[in-house]
Amino acid sequence: MSTHKITVTVNGQLRQAEVPARLLLVHFIRETLGLTGTHIGCDTTSCGACTVLLNGRAVKSCTVLAVQANGSEITTVEGLAQNGKLHPIQEGFHMEHGLQCGFCTPGMMLSAIALLKQNPYPTEDDIRWGLSGNLCRCTGYVNIVRAVQYAAEKLRIEN
Amino acid sequence: MAEINGLGKSMKRKEDARFIQGKGNYIEDIVLPGMIWLDIVRSPYAHARIVNIDTSKAAKIPGVLGFITGKDLEKYNLHWMPTLMSDRQMVLPTDTVKYQAQEVVGVLATDRYAAADGVAAVEIDYEPLPVVVDPFKALQPGAPKVREDKDSNHIWHWEAGDREATDRAIRQAATVVKQRIYIPRIHVASIETCGCVANWDPINKHLTMYMTTQAPHAIRTVIALVAGHVGLSEENIRVISPDIGGGFGGKVPVYPGYVIAIAASVLLGKPVKWIEDRSENLQADSFARDYHMDCELAADGEGRITALRIKTIADHGYTDAAANPSKYPAGLFSICTGSYDYRTAFTEVDAAYTNKPPGGIAYRCSFRVTEAVHAIERMVDILAHERGEDPADFRLKNFIKKEQFPYKSPLGWEFDSGDYHAALQKAMDMIGYRELRKEQAEKRARGELMGIGISSFTEVVGAGPSHQFDILGIKMFDSAEVRIHPTGKAIARFGTKSQGQGHETTYAQILAQELGIPAEHIKVEEGDTDTAPYGLGTYASRSTPTAGAAAAVAARRIREKARKIAAHLLESAEEDLVWEVDRFYVKGSPSRFKTIQDIALAAYTNPPPGVEAGLEATFYYDPPNMTFPFGSYICVVDIDRGTGQVHVRRFVAVDDCGTRINPMIVEGQIHGGLTMGFAPAFMEQIQYDENGNIYGGNFMDYLLPTAVETPRWETGKTVTPSPHHPIGAKGVGESATVGAPAAFVNAVVDALWHLGVRHIDIPITPDKVWQVLKAHGAAAEE
Repeated sequence: MSTHKITVTVNGQLRQAEVPARLLLVHFIRETLGLTGTHIGCDTTSCGACTVLLNGRAVKSCTVLAVQANGSEITTVEGLAQNGKLHPIQEGFHMEHGLQCGFCTPGMMLSAIALLKQNPYPTEDDIRWGLSGNLCRCTGYVNIVRAVQYAAEKLRIEN
Repeated sequence: MAEINGLGKSMKRKEDARFIQGKGNYIEDIVLPGMIWLDIVRSPYAHARIVNIDTSKAAKIPGVLGFITGKDLEKYNLHWMPTLMSDRQMVLPTDTVKYQAQEVVGVLATDRYAAADGVAAVEIDYEPLPVVVDPFKALQPGAPKVREDKDSNHIWHWEAGDREATDRAIRQAATVVKQRIYIPRIHVASIETCGCVANWDPINKHLTMYMTTQAPHAIRTVIALVAGHVGLSEENIRVISPDIGGGFGGKVPVYPGYVIAIAASVLLGKPVKWIEDRSENLQADSFARDYHMDCELAADGEGRITALRIKTIADHGYTDAAANPSKYPAGLFSICTGSYDYRTAFTEVDAAYTNKPPGGIAYRCSFRVTEAVHAIERMVDILAHERGEDPADFRLKNFIKKEQFPYKSPLGWEFDSGDYHAALQKAMDMIGYRELRKEQAEKRARGELMGIGISSFTEVVGAGPSHQFDILGIKMFDSAEVRIHPTGKAIARFGTKSQGQGHETTYAQILAQELGIPAEHIKVEEGDTDTAPYGLGTYASRSTPTAGAAAAVAARRIREKARKIAAHLLESAEEDLVWEVDRFYVKGSPSRFKTIQDIALAAYTNPPPGVEAGLEATFYYDPPNMTFPFGSYICVVDIDRGTGQVHVRRFVAVDDCGTRINPMIVEGQIHGGLTMGFAPAFMEQIQYDENGNIYGGNFMDYLLPTAVETPRWETGKTVTPSPHHPIGAKGVGESATVGAPAAFVNAVVDALWHLGVRHIDIPITPDKVWQVLKAHGAAAEE
């Protein structure tokens, strides 16, 4: 098994590692870097629990090889709060009760951030379609939609 | 006075902070020094004899450390384990496999990739054996036998009610409707799969078992039962259930993977981690439902229900591994008489072995309550339509009246409280029921297909009273241990285990209400058998009815001791003290008071003479009765004649779960429950072909609703407190999953009844609807 040296910027920190060619990005994040907020919920790229931002785009990190991320910038849930202040999407999920078991939440929040970057004024339908790559089994999505609306509002005020 | 966030407050959840910052601690996040990985080779056949297992190639793969087979476990008599239902289940097979994806060989390796390589390289020769997947065929004479150790594929017969009286009532009825209703096999598919880290300490002969379990104490008892003969006595086992990424019943059973991990850890003296793939989770873990129900409902000439008869064939897979209370092989199916007032019913269930994975756990419902509710709510709708009566009016006419509670049901339950008329009327008002019926008539005249469906369910949850309910002989109490610190803040531990329900918040709110300590100052812990009091765990909507009650009672005991301390501090007689929110004051002079915080400090610094120091209580609550949450749901659908697509236009859910502790959390539970009612109604099903090959064994084939498909739920409430629960709460986690499916089916059939359609089994997929439309000449022409 060949190994490759990769350099990535994860949540603003430069990280280097020698990784096997076949190592999935999600395993690199969770096991090599020890950032366990990114979760694994399936083996068919269906559930979105492993969603992270790769150069600002939401990707399912179970379907990206670590070597493909070489030279890129990655944001995981651990990188959302800045200087002890929650990101508006984190605040939205808390205030609107957008999470129950919490397992899908990191991926859901990162998909929502990518959505809001593309579309700062989303309708409810936009939000539902924008999150359709992320499965939640607990909430019925009602309060997730509200959480994203909360964050959209807050981000519009901040920007 | 400070805001204490007691009952009825929608305080934000205390557990959120770690989850939204990626600091949850789920099973896969647990890493121990020297930990090795377990992966599992699974059978491609549904029934086959194992001819040979060759691990020689796999053994050469770098990182592969060893293998565990059924023969290895047989040396320690660990190859079989008992189920909760007096049956037995293979940990690993020694000779035959009984279902596709059954565990065959455990592969141990230094990391997950090496373990997977090892799994791929193990070579097994099988000799296929005859397969039976249909429970009706399985029960025929001469059917291939699933189990060599049993006489036949018939597992058990269970019945309730008066067979003869029911036969007579049905013979004499003015109207009888009959319908076979099938509720297919489905899977809870929590987004986190199952897994564990087994850590055997060879020096101290002690096992620490981190695992995804909804019932840590009960599982500790089961592990001791499985492996007690090799030295794993219960006091030497510590089960730790970390944060759980959704449970819904799927994390109640003991799966073979857990036991293989324990065996591997004992054999190697190292921590062993096993984490299921999603495909393994769907293909081998406990299923739900799979009930084939022949239902008959009878009415007199005035349209009053007189009798119900249901005969069910239950497909249990190759072993009866249902997680039911011991005395209830068919769960609480006898709630099937529903929300209606009649005296005569009979129901029987025959369970069959087939070459499918075992299970029969709930899918977010209290032991077969969904099957029961689906049957009665479908039958009531069919009967109303058959008689030409409006389904809402028919229900209002037949409901048990509020003044009849407590109500003894024909199959023996005592419904504690209810107001079914109020809930349905509220749902009708919210959705504008009468106007919708007018709209439907106009649309029908134009050839458009619109349907309105109602479900007015009654659940039975909160298992349960000790004279009826036990698991492995252990009574189904639950527990709370509450300790007040000198600072007036508290820690409380429970025998239950949250999987997203928000126990850290709601239990704190119950205690806040009773003790006057702000909920923010009460830390709630669950899931560690070394620290929490013994309890039966969280499933079947039992946490609030049992452990929530235990919290209230323990707090009241603390308050009684607090009264003694306050009397001492205020130099007053105990009986002259009045409790208000967070303090005792002297009757008539409210300025002479001691707060709970004053009292807590005194409990450690200045206890009254003769009174034990400290301020704490532990209580094991044995509920006097079950609780009976209820509700009425109304659904409006429009059906596309060209595609068969059903569009859920509106869905109103009025729930009555008694006292609401945290309304925000209750609403969230209902939203999620409705979505898990929608899912099997329209999307989810696990099927098998005649050779026992699974369809629906991964998330490409087993479709969970996304935000796009999920309807936009509208919720309402009525509040009828439980008369026997300390705070009047009934439990709510599962109501919506139980009640919703019948509302969807009733709406679809309501749209099609005039075409001659009487019933459609779930899931109601577009192609199924289109076939029905075509068969009734109602599909749109191209």
